[in-house]
Amino acid sequence: MAEAHPVGFQWVVEAKARGATVIHVDPRYTRTSALADIHVPLRAGSDIAFLGGLVNYVLQHDLWFRDYVLAYTNASFVVREQFRDTEDLDGLFSGYDPEERKYESESWQYDGIKVGADEQDPEERVTKYEQKGSGHQFGSGGAALDPGEPVKDLTLQHPRCVLNVLKRHFARYTPELVQEICGVPPALFDKVARALTSASGRDKTAAFVYSVGWTQHTVGVQYIRSAAILQLLLGNMGRPGGGIVALRGHASIQGSTDIPTLYNLLPGYLPMPHALEHESLHEYLHLNTPRGGFYGQMPAYLVSLLKAYWGDNALPTNEFCFDYLPKLTGDHSSYPTVISQVEGKCKGYFIFGENPAVGSANAKMQRMGLSNLDWLVVRDFSLIETATWWKDGPEIETGEIRTEDVGTEVFFFPAAAHTEKSGSFTNTQRLLQWRHKAVEPQDDQRSDLWFVFHLGRVIREKLRVANGAAVDSRDRPVLELTWDYPTEGSHADPDAESVLREINGWDADGKALSGYTSLQDDGSTVCGCWIYCGVYADEVNQAARRKPGSEQNWVAPEWGWAWPMNRRVLYNRASADPDGRPWSERKALVWWDEKDAKWTGHDVPDFADDKRPSYEPGYGARAADAIGGADPFVMQTDGKGWLYVPSGLTDGPLPTHYEPHESPFTNPLYSQQANPARQVFSRRDNLSNPSGAERGADVFPYVFTTYRLTEHHTAGGMSRWLPYLAELQPEFFCEVSPELARERGLAHLGWATIVTARAAVEARVLVTERMVPLTVQGRVVHQVGLPYHWGANGYVTGDAANELVGLALDPNVHIQESKASSCDIRPGRRPRGPALLQLVDNYRRRAGITVETADFQ
Amino acid sequence: MSRMGFFTDTSICIGCKACEVACKEWNSVPDDGFNLLGMSFDNTGMLGANSWRHVAFIEQSKPVAQPDAHVRWLMSSDVCKHCTHAGCLDVCPTGSLFRTEFGTVVVQEDICNGCGYCVPACPYGVIDRREDDGRVWKCTLCYDRIGDGLEPACAKACPTDSIQFGELDELRERARGRVDELVSAGVVDARLYGASPDDGVGGAGAFFLLLDEPEVYGLPPDPVVPTRDLASMWRHAAAAAGVFLGLGVAAFAGRRSS
Repeated sequence: MAEAHPVGFQWVVEAKARGATVIHVDPRYTRTSALADIHVPLRAGSDIAFLGGLVNYVLQHDLWFRDYVLAYTNASFVVREQFRDTEDLDGLFSGYDPEERKYESESWQYDGIKVGADEQDPEERVTKYEQKGSGHQFGSGGAALDPGEPVKDLTLQHPRCVLNVLKRHFARYTPELVQEICGVPPALFDKVARALTSASGRDKTAAFVYSVGWTQHTVGVQYIRSAAILQLLLGNMGRPGGGIVALRGHASIQGSTDIPTLYNLLPGYLPMPHALEHESLHEYLHLNTPRGGFYGQMPAYLVSLLKAYWGDNALPTNEFCFDYLPKLTGDHSSYPTVISQVEGKCKGYFIFGENPAVGSANAKMQRMGLSNLDWLVVRDFSLIETATWWKDGPEIETGEIRTEDVGTEVFFFPAAAHTEKSGSFTNTQRLLQWRHKAVEPQDDQRSDLWFVFHLGRVIREKLRVANGAAVDSRDRPVLELTWDYPTEGSHADPDAESVLREINGWDADGKALSGYTSLQDDGSTVCGCWIYCGVYADEVNQAARRKPGSEQNWVAPEWGWAWPMNRRVLYNRASADPDGRPWSERKALVWWDEKDAKWTGHDVPDFADDKRPSYEPGYGARAADAIGGADPFVMQTDGKGWLYVPSGLTDGPLPTHYEPHESPFTNPLYSQQANPARQVFSRRDNLSNPSGAERGADVFPYVFTTYRLTEHHTAGGMSRWLPYLAELQPEFFCEVSPELARERGLAHLGWATIVTARAAVEARVLVTERMVPLTVQGRVVHQVGLPYHWGANGYVTGDAANELVGLALDPNVHIQESKASSCDIRPGRRPRGPALLQLVDNYRRRAGITVETADFQ
Repeated sequence: MSRMGFFTDTSICIGCKACEVACKEWNSVPDDGFNLLGMSFDNTGMLGANSWRHVAFIEQSKPVAQPDAHVRWLMSSDVCKHCTHAGCLDVCPTGSLFRTEFGTVVVQEDICNGCGYCVPACPYGVIDRREDDGRVWKCTLCYDRIGDGLEPACAKACPTDSIQFGELDELRERARGRVDELVSAGVVDARLYGASPDDGVGGAGAFFLLLDEPEVYGLPPDPVVPTRDLASMWRHAAAAAGVFLGLGVAAFAGRRSS
């Protein structure tokens, strides 16, 4: 966190000064470790075993927060008899289809809820056509549960109640197993377990902070699930000082998921419609709207969104232009899109502030895709590698690409920096903070908002001329869009606040809405993103508020604006006990005020204001009314924190340890080596290292992990062209332990070549005791650290670490496994030209690599 | 006007180098070359004409704070000490170096003639000539900011408040409290560096809380301003000259009388 989020780390330093214990779990000893009380070096890719060990510790020692767990989680829910755990099926949950390599989740459900006919898994039908979208498609509400009540056992005696399922599942995650898988000694594990559990309970809370070190795995989502189970058991969710904090990779990445650049979501985590499943608005709403929870109002959210898109053209008689929305036909996530470029199916590409030729996994495949386009638009500050690969990329040197053969027409647009435009950033706490333009952009530099607005304006003009009086129906979605933002200044920059106001929405009289509970499904309200509704309440840009913390209460509600409804802690109903009293005075956040019959407190209650703690929903209750007075997790369909996920994940209802797609070790838990549902692309241009017990795995005996340094920004587009940053980390280096340096003859400040089945790159060597060899399964494993900031352009250059990384993805969110793979490392620089390909080819032959390698494991 | 200074608490430095960058941005200091030094994550190397803040990274096999750890990583942002007795200022023949109303020591770049006398006069090796223009450059404690009531750029940018700016007397008191706090928490090697008015430079205007011996951070253990004995040297020289003069006069007088 200190490395990649130094500004946020100030709060950790402050917490430490106030007595907090800081624990850092990371393969490397980093700047974060330097300030931590406890550093736990572990093998990259083994975190589920470590977290599972903690879950087991909490359950075995009876340290879970009984009152919280019983009332607020699904611990007492009884799982169907048909359910089989990985412990029963040697690494598979019930419902696995080995042909499709997918799970059918029906057996994971609770007892007593019947899968209704109308709920018969639209997802599953979709898969018949092509790879389905993902679990993400369910939005943050989770999968819809059917009407009816699951069987519960509040005494927790039933062998199939969730808590007992959990106990059996994690029973093997002992400190000894943690040591065997992670390389963490039992004494160190015990120290962490004690520190964590002693900082949880009525009077105390503990928080987890993670970043892409947890997500970029073939089991990334299950990493987070492990932490969620632990935090629910310890009663650390919805309470001050608790939670699971996701640190995002860029400024406002949170904003770009809320108002998504993701292919499978609409603003506010509404699912993107599918071409074959959602042919009408009615069908879409019927299939997606859950019975309970705040997503129960989905019709109001979606119709208001359609009104924001198509304004007066969106009418009840034309389903509010639902038909105009683009629809999914399969998996259109980033990597499949690149593959379709390579295959000649995707012909045009917009790239805004991203440098995939350096920053994306299997960088060569990225460049081969770019070479096969008709046109490419790159908007950035400098001529990044993604704009120049066709004349000076690595394939020019190896002869794999000849400039004269590249037909891609490349348009480069210089972008305005954040100081040169107004707009909001949404941080990881869902907090929107407004920035005002400080200076005008120079020359041809323009904001992204300017670019998109004027591109749309020009396209609409051209379509209007081309169509004349008789408008082609396929052009209507573009021509009928509301596209009328006021512009300002000599560049005619759209007024960013008018966009924010549209996101907030307005009522039938055109007045800004104050919150999403006002949204209607009859077309009388307009709202660009329901969770952001209220950011422009009272016609005031609430995100621009900057009242100093010293002039308000400790929650600081008047600094910026947090979605939803300016709540700073999500699910904060859980900070009070089922009767509505704070669990302790020290940790009071919101509570039920009996005298005024409403919820009150330091934070804005994340609960219906007047819903009594004793409220119990009737059988037919829907949406928010279906949430009981003691059910804090209001976005979930049942208001509960899910220790066990009966539906909604593509790779199992519980996390369990699998080895990474490429690992020097076998899975000691099961004969199932890796996540059976992971997404693999077995192709000549995406070969894998042999893994586990496969022949040739010993050719790649080391583990490598990629990461960022404080001094650079991701793929370098914002740092390698700035001398003040470039000079601070001027070369691509690899971090190795003194032991590995001895084993492989690597010299400090000398060169090393790192090799995988995809590529070989060279890096300067930093020998450091901060890299610790670990003992895993009785043998020593060395890890190689590779920061990924460099490419061929800018003040400081070097090979890109992402050349090494292959495409093996998490099946829920399609993120690549770039945090844990195997490799070889050797002294000296890599060969130049075609000899480089020869080197990689020799490795492939030595390891016996084919397109099937590591695939069926 | 109170004397202003820096207290750099290295125990909470996270080595982000924001101080180095903010300093260069504000003061238009050029880059210092793109060289991988192999000194842990430090590629700045030392303070110089083109680096007025320098974050040192020290990797030690000496676990102190974390009993389980096999290694310790110290980080510390170094800067001009703005000495009470400033050698650079003492030897400057042009008056380019002067003491400001804040008690800081600043080079006036339009007066500096590049003689370089100040360079060996600094016991910390801070002040340095810029190769291409010959003049000397160093930290000004952001003279142009603090006069407007702003804190220096490095302190402003420091996310963890490792770099603290303020009235020197108050900073010294705060720092003593911080040392006590650390020592009672078991960090027994915590100590202040440059905080004592009795040291060889009469106390630094920019002082540090260190977690190990100063040498570990590349700081001189007992810096002495080379001009400390200048006054007595001049007194001795004057006395000697007086004696010579007296002898000469006596000789002439003697000759005359003879």
